[in-house]
Amino acid sequence: MNNTMAKHDQSRAVLARVQAGLAKRYAAERRFRRMGQGAIILGLSFLLILFASIIYKGYPGFQQTFIKLDVYFDPATTDPDGTGAPESLSKGNYSGLVKNTLRAMFPDVEKRRERRALTGIVSSGAAFQLRDMVLADPALVGSTREVWVPADDDVDVFVKAQVDRTVPEADRRIKDNQMRWLDQLAAQERLEKRFNTAFFTSGDSREPELAGIWGAAVGSFFTLIVTLALSFPIGVATAIYLEEYAPRNKWTDLIEVNINNLAAVPSIVFGLLGLAVFINFFGLPRSAPLVGGLVLTLMTLPTIIIASRAALKSVPPSIREAALGVGSSKMQMILHHVLPLGLPGMLTGTIIGMAQALGETAPLLMIGMVAFIVDIPGGPFDPSTVLPVQIFLWADSPERAFVEKTSAAIMVLLAFLIVMNSLAILLRRRFERRW
Amino acid sequence: MNFPTLVVALLVLSAAGYHLGVRRSLAVSRGNIRQLHSLPSYYGLYTAIWCALPALFLLGIWVFFQDSVVTQLVLAELPESLRNLPENRRNLIVNDIRNFVSGNIVSGEPDPAIRAAADHYRYLQFVAGAAIAVLSVGLAVGGLAVGWRSINPLLRARNRVEQIVKVSLIVCSTIAIFTTIGIVLSVLFESIRFFAAVPATEFLFGLDWSPQTAIRADQVGSSGAFGAVPLFAGTMLISLIAMLVAVPIGLMSAIYLAEYANRRLRSFAKPMLEILAGVPTVVYGFFAALVVAPFIRGIGESVGLNVASESALAAGLVMGIMIIPFVSSLSDDVINAVPQAMRDGAYAMGATRSETIRQVIIPAALPGIVGGILLAVSRAIGETMIVVMAAGLAANLTANPLQAVTTVTVQIVTLLTGDQEFDSPKTLAAFALGLVLFLVTLLLNVIALYVVRKYREQYE
Repeated sequence: MNNTMAKHDQSRAVLARVQAGLAKRYAAERRFRRMGQGAIILGLSFLLILFASIIYKGYPGFQQTFIKLDVYFDPATTDPDGTGAPESLSKGNYSGLVKNTLRAMFPDVEKRRERRALTGIVSSGAAFQLRDMVLADPALVGSTREVWVPADDDVDVFVKAQVDRTVPEADRRIKDNQMRWLDQLAAQERLEKRFNTAFFTSGDSREPELAGIWGAAVGSFFTLIVTLALSFPIGVATAIYLEEYAPRNKWTDLIEVNINNLAAVPSIVFGLLGLAVFINFFGLPRSAPLVGGLVLTLMTLPTIIIASRAALKSVPPSIREAALGVGSSKMQMILHHVLPLGLPGMLTGTIIGMAQALGETAPLLMIGMVAFIVDIPGGPFDPSTVLPVQIFLWADSPERAFVEKTSAAIMVLLAFLIVMNSLAILLRRRFERRW
Repeated sequence: MNFPTLVVALLVLSAAGYHLGVRRSLAVSRGNIRQLHSLPSYYGLYTAIWCALPALFLLGIWVFFQDSVVTQLVLAELPESLRNLPENRRNLIVNDIRNFVSGNIVSGEPDPAIRAAADHYRYLQFVAGAAIAVLSVGLAVGGLAVGWRSINPLLRARNRVEQIVKVSLIVCSTIAIFTTIGIVLSVLFESIRFFAAVPATEFLFGLDWSPQTAIRADQVGSSGAFGAVPLFAGTMLISLIAMLVAVPIGLMSAIYLAEYANRRLRSFAKPMLEILAGVPTVVYGFFAALVVAPFIRGIGESVGLNVASESALAAGLVMGIMIIPFVSSLSDDVINAVPQAMRDGAYAMGATRSETIRQVIIPAALPGIVGGILLAVSRAIGETMIVVMAAGLAANLTANPLQAVTTVTVQIVTLLTGDQEFDSPKTLAAFALGLVLFLVTLLLNVIALYVVRKYREQYE
């Protein structure tokens, strides 16, 4: 009797202690849970901030301010020889033409300094635009036309950002008189923001308003073609050998250890390899997409090999046994049955590898793909840059207008990456088979 | 004939070889296809391989050596006075000749000797091109004939073809080994040359880094000090900041997603976090330099701190954001690999979820998590673009995250971009830094992979 009472008391005491501790434990549980939620929210908000800030900075980059000029194609300046022949027309003083046009529009501007400021509101590309117009249509000489020319980058930034006009003049890129002229132009509806087609069609330039990503995009395209042409066959062949043929021995282990390590080697080390081996030893041309493609091939191979091996592994043994059972050789079994079934998985891995290669910058800096290249590359041997390197170059440029160009180029790059990754996901969904 | 057309010609020839082989096999079987050892297409492939493989092999070797052989021949023909110049002057002349050949602008007045040499070069190039065209096409035709003649019903064409395919598979799989060897050799050779000029102890333990070496002997202010300790310290500082951001956030979000979250949240949040891993690093660099660094600077100034515009904090923070998905997906894998029985056991003892996680799951998954973190550290150390764009160039030896520091990767990039002489210690230093980088990341990877593998075996 006494004994049971004592036991009862004891257990009640334990229960009381448990109860007392329980609130604390539940509080700890809630805290832990909240920490987890906080971590996820933090991670997702980083993603949101990253994308939001880039889109916010970048969307004006797709627009460009244009100024309408009434250009009188003066025969004396456009056609110095007076023959009307293309050679004579291309010798014309077109920047003088732009100057004269602006002076005619603002006749009250007389001081030398002011005149220079006046010509500064129009892009230096305007002269080339006028020359191309005249060369395309020599009949323009002697006539007067309304021409929309791109504004200078500082004007562009000023118009887009609605810069604070109360800032002291010395701290502004756009001076008071320029501001006055721009207001006049705006009042005459001669100032307009338009879609910036030059951004998608031209190569790099020192002038932000003339710079475009087409050259870099073409360079990226050639680089990726080289990468794809090399890394896909080699990667798939390696995967087939390791998965289907390789005996378990030291050699195979060595290969596998190597592949796993290469997947984690910093990308810049591949750049050093490319510089030392492909450029200095083999003497391949610098800055060429060919070398870039070779370096990126070595870099993406591990990704493709690992994905392809997983794809081969997922093909069930029954398929192999059935193929062998009807008398096919091992090679026939692999090439005719296993490989086609594993191909969607391999392609998915390859696309993901290509997306990585498209976004890679550091190794390409090492092999000289950072040069300032205006021309659109015509093949994998021509010097070129790629999209991420172009972004890097623009991010380094001091002109303010390059900030929005950089962000806009990033948006284009991200769009490509999103398309490639969605393609990979789509492919996986469409062809994934559960056996 | 140039190289690409030659390759196309060989491929066309071997396609013809395939066709001829198939026809021949049908002919020798005298209409009874069952007499053949292999299917007709294998005889075709056999002929095609005979046709293309030796010729392509020769072509590859030829293209590889043509340039240097032609250069040697041209050099041998040069007048005595030019031939006996020192090495670097002679290289300049070779450059001039090559430029002349490709019709580029040549530096200075074209020497008649160089002009003659260029003509000779052009002639040799033409001869070499013609020779390889004749040789490789001849070899292809010869191979085709050999293959074609050897076709008879008893020829084990399938086995031969499969053997060749298998050998090529093996060759492909050794590329990984050759890549590693290539990396090691390329950084090692240049590093050895570097250490011949700068003692290894000075490099590893010196506290002063200013790689500007004098180009002329009388130049001032370019001492060329190669003490890499400030770089190592800067790298570690930025990596530490990155890990302080990435490990708590990555680990906690992995735990939450694995243990608490419902399916819907999991299927949304996991791919979203993984997007962070897919964003190119140059984008992070831009983000760090233009958004995060000014933001930190602004905050610092508002509380009266002096923050460098290229602070280590900004670069580290953004690098941490980049690494979150690595930590979280690797931890997610290992947490999911902990057997359910261990959780059930803990719940049965009355433990709450967080107690189970902290006292059962984390200890059980710890080796895997540590492995994942080591991989993340190696990624942080090797990360280049973020630090190139957001960290400084000046080698400060400081532990203050608000100051600018520089890293190993930043220095590699700055030393190797732009025009430089390739044999100055300045450029070679980049390879020594690359060697250190490669060795450190290799060590971390090997340890991490070992730990992870060991851990996996425990529960399988």
